Amino acid sequence: MMGKRRGSALMRAYLVLLFSFFYLPIVVLMAYSFNESKSRSNFTGFTFKWYESLFHNDMILSALGLSLALALISAVIATVVGTMAAIGISGMGRKSRLIINNVSYIPVVNPEIITGVSLMLLFVAWSGAAAWWNQNAPAFLRFFPEDVIGFPSLLIAHISFCLPYVIFNVAPKLRQMDVRLYEAALDLGCNHRQAFFKVVLPELAPAIFSAFLISLTYSIDDFIISYFTCGTLQTLPIAIYSMTRKKVSPEINALSTIMFLVILAIILISNLADSRRARYKAAKKEEV
Amino acid sequence: MRRDTRLAYPYVVWMVIFIAVPLLIVAYFAFTDKTGQFTLDNLRQIGEYAPVFLRSLLLAARATVICLVLAFPAAWWLSRLRANHQRIMLMLVMLPMWMNFLLRTYAWMTLLENNGLLNRLFGAMHLFDLVNGVNAALNGLFGCSLPTGITYFPMINTSGAVVLGMVYNYLPYMILPLYTIMVKIDNSEIEAAQDLGANTRMILTRVLIPMSTPGISTGITMVFVPSVSTFIISRMLGGGGNMLVGDLIELQFLGNSYNYNLGSAMSLVLMVIVLLCMGVTNTSGGEDGIEGVV
Repeated sequence: MMGKRRGSALMRAYLVLLFSFFYLPIVVLMAYSFNESKSRSNFTGFTFKWYESLFHNDMILSALGLSLALALISAVIATVVGTMAAIGISGMGRKSRLIINNVSYIPVVNPEIITGVSLMLLFVAWSGAAAWWNQNAPAFLRFFPEDVIGFPSLLIAHISFCLPYVIFNVAPKLRQMDVRLYEAALDLGCNHRQAFFKVVLPELAPAIFSAFLISLTYSIDDFIISYFTCGTLQTLPIAIYSMTRKKVSPEINALSTIMFLVILAIILISNLADSRRARYKAAKKEEV
Repeated sequence: MRRDTRLAYPYVVWMVIFIAVPLLIVAYFAFTDKTGQFTLDNLRQIGEYAPVFLRSLLLAARATVICLVLAFPAAWWLSRLRANHQRIMLMLVMLPMWMNFLLRTYAWMTLLENNGLLNRLFGAMHLFDLVNGVNAALNGLFGCSLPTGITYFPMINTSGAVVLGMVYNYLPYMILPLYTIMVKIDNSEIEAAQDLGANTRMILTRVLIPMSTPGISTGITMVFVPSVSTFIISRMLGGGGNMLVGDLIELQFLGNSYNYNLGSAMSLVLMVIVLLCMGVTNTSGGEDGIEGVV
């Protein structure tokens, strides 16, 4: 008994240390967003001015806009294509399923820098090929866009690295799903299309939604792959990177604070909703 | 249930064009020169950069080992908490991951600088006076030539700072898969081992570690791969003297060196290293592989 208590004190101390390791830098970063002077080591006084100048910083605001637009579009496309693919793959034979799954793993396990570099080479090669074609092909066939590096390349890159995560989220749910539900719907007079949209899709909805959220966050958070495929555009992480290179204003601290608080709020709300739903379900079960 | 395989075609086409073909282009560039002639010069040239590759491997390995040592007890204790406490603690582990890793690394720049917060803290604790005093005493007693005018500990722009950056950024990737596996280990299995006379060390080596092996190998991969290929952490915390493979590759594509062929060859070698590492840790690559993180 004594040993157990000592163990739990040790465990508590260790976890406290570990979490202070996790959070100390973040707390420091946030504290210095309120620092009057630009210094990263002297705290001279309390101010909100960095928040104010942040909201007048056009570079940051346009980067934020681009990141949000990019994340939304790529997450929608990745979710739709990925969900379709998960359903299609589940109907395939063992062998082709295995091959496709292994290809899906490439962007997940490959170092991001290689995914980024390889896509960059693809877009550069495409630009070269399109330029050549548009010079040499008959006029009515010169329809290939030459300048794909920018938003199109970013969009393609983001969809590409989000797609596997959609599949890995939806496929297990599909495997767990009770086929008899679908058959029952058919027996009750649905055609295949109705059965899919009225039975299968609602059953998959939570997995599809979480796949969408994962794609959204990966896309907003991605730096490395965007860095190689953005051309001259700046997504938010790339803007942050250029700010850290210049080592200037505490605006970057203000930005971190805002982002952290937004994320915290989202997580707290979703967790609260989760636990409320769980409690509701438990209460309902008891009633029955 | 009718599952139309045609639904997967757009995905398959997409992955071929935007994942498989680009990798083939990398291989093509790696084996050709600027005029498109076949050559092995790029791969040969990598030999000159062997120290950088070696440093990357070494620092990444060090970070991975530290992560494993730190994460193992943490994950175990997390998995023994009450269910609702577990949820909160897991959230706390994951929360920093939601902050962009550039910002997290930037935070460490602030802390580690020569006149940064940690050094000021040490100064306030009179740690430098103490070290200087001890050094002076040693110099006087044994004729050493230790420095006595220390005003700060050099922490940023060292390889240690790079390892710290890796550990800080990727430690959650080690804790989560370990936790996912360990939460399935029942207390009664530990008790059974105890009843059969196992001491703490035997429980660790004969029960806990073997049972959490899948989590360990997933964790190793998830820490090692991003560590060995990073270029941000080394650039922000390592200064100029701690270049890693990632920095080299970045320089070939977007930096001053500007040599796609050499950069592709480096990427190819890095990919082989990663594959070998995964072969060693024997990640099965099954759908459970990334379960803990996604």
